[in-house]
Parts: sequence; structure tokens; C-alpha cells
Amino acid sequence: MNLEYKVEGGDFTSAGLASSQIKKILKQLNVDPAVIKRVVIALYEAEVNIVAHAYRGVIKAQIDGGGINLILEDEGPGIPDVEMAMTPGFSTASKAVREMGFGAGMGLPNISENADDFNIETTVGKGTTLRIGIKFR
Amino acid sequence: MNLGDLCNLVDGTAVCGAGRLGDSVEYAFASDLMSDVLTIKSTDFILITGLANIQSLRTLEMSDASYMLLCRGKEVTPEMLELAEENDILIITSPYSLFRCAGILYSAGLKPLY
Repeated sequence: MNLEYKVEGGDFTSAGLASSQIKKILKQLNVDPAVIKRVVIALYEAEVNIVAHAYRGVIKAQIDGGGINLILEDEGPGIPDVEMAMTPGFSTASKAVREMGFGAGMGLPNISENADDFNIETTVGKGTTLRIGIKFR
Repeated sequence: MNLGDLCNLVDGTAVCGAGRLGDSVEYAFASDLMSDVLTIKSTDFILITGLANIQSLRTLEMSDASYMLLCRGKEVTPEMLELAEENDILIITSPYSLFRCAGILYSAGLKPLY
């Protein structure tokens, strides 16, 4: 099963819609609730990152019997120092993002914690692509 | 702790999901930072927060958690109500501060997650 969702930068009202819809689909597929929670927390953090930091992005989800692969491609400023961005507590979030309850510097570490496979490709001035893989068993 | 008792302790009002006031919850987590909430592995907790926006509800939805205590007399927005109803989430509002709510509930036996 292949799914695709568009995400707009700055649109905090809609942030989480894609994660919510993928959660419903995984429930219908009777995936273990503990695994669903890992998937949607990683995905929600990544979706909020696009809304918080990028101009726009696309979420692609590929689901098969063995697991889920998520690709989140954004057009945005990119990440100048990935190692720094992965440090718990480090954040470049704006005041507006913090007022929405994000920008604690836990997003990327949370994604890494919940994923079986996690990869970041980023180009400063162009954008970032996250690949997140989670096995169902 | 019974959620009806919890509601009374903080002079609270159940604005959504009042049917769940008979449920019990063992743990609480108090934060306005949603990424901190998203580190919690358990689903048996009430979120005590002052963050009155749709992302606090989304965070509960993603966490498979069902209870929120909204402090400092914050108003629940229509978007929050809609999402809470869709996910059968109980929202209790309290006029007390987050610190006061947390202190009262901790003293009454609600347990911390960390």
C-alpha cells in the first residue's frame, strides 16, 4: 500500500493530519498497538518538523506485511549541522513554534529512538529528506 | 486514581468525554512541551498542561493516551473539542495553575512517570 500526503510549512492547525490518518490505517490492518505508537510518534515529530521549519513537504508511506517505510521530503532551509540537530535539547525553533508546544529539541532524537532504520539527507538552502523504517515484528 | 475524584481535587470541570470520569489513571506527566510528552512509552497517564491548542490533543492521540487536565483556566478551542470527541479523550479544565494542580494530585497519590 502506497500513501502520499502534502504538508504546508507554518500550518499548525493541520499538523498531524497525515500521522492521524496513517494511525487509523495501521489500526485497521491490526498492527500491534505498541508498534503503531512508535510509528506515529516518529511520523508526527517528523511532520511537525516540516510544518515548523520547512516551506512545504511531502510524506510518502509504503506499507507491506513486514513493516512501514516513511519518506518525508521537504523544501526548506536544510540542516546545517545534523549532529547538533540530533543532540537532545538542541533546537532552532522560532518563538511561534515554541508557543505551539514544540521546539524542545527532542524531535529528531525521538524519531531515532522509535525507528528501526533512520536516515537524514539534507542540503542547506534546498531541503531535507528523512527516511524512517519500522518493522511490524 | 479515579478521574472523578481527580476532577474534584482540582475544582475541575469535565468539558469533554465526561463518560470517562469513572475511569482510573495511575500516572501523570506535567508539561507544555509536547516532544517531552512524546517520549512517554506508557499509555496510562493524564497530561497536565497549560497548552490550549490542537497540538496538545494530537500529542495525546499519537500517545494513545486518553486524559488531559488543562490548567490556569484556559479555554478549550472548538478544534480541540472536535479532536477530543473523535478520539474519546476526557478533558478536565481547572482554574488552578499547573504547579498547584500537580502538587495537589501528587500529594493525593498520583504517581510521576519519571
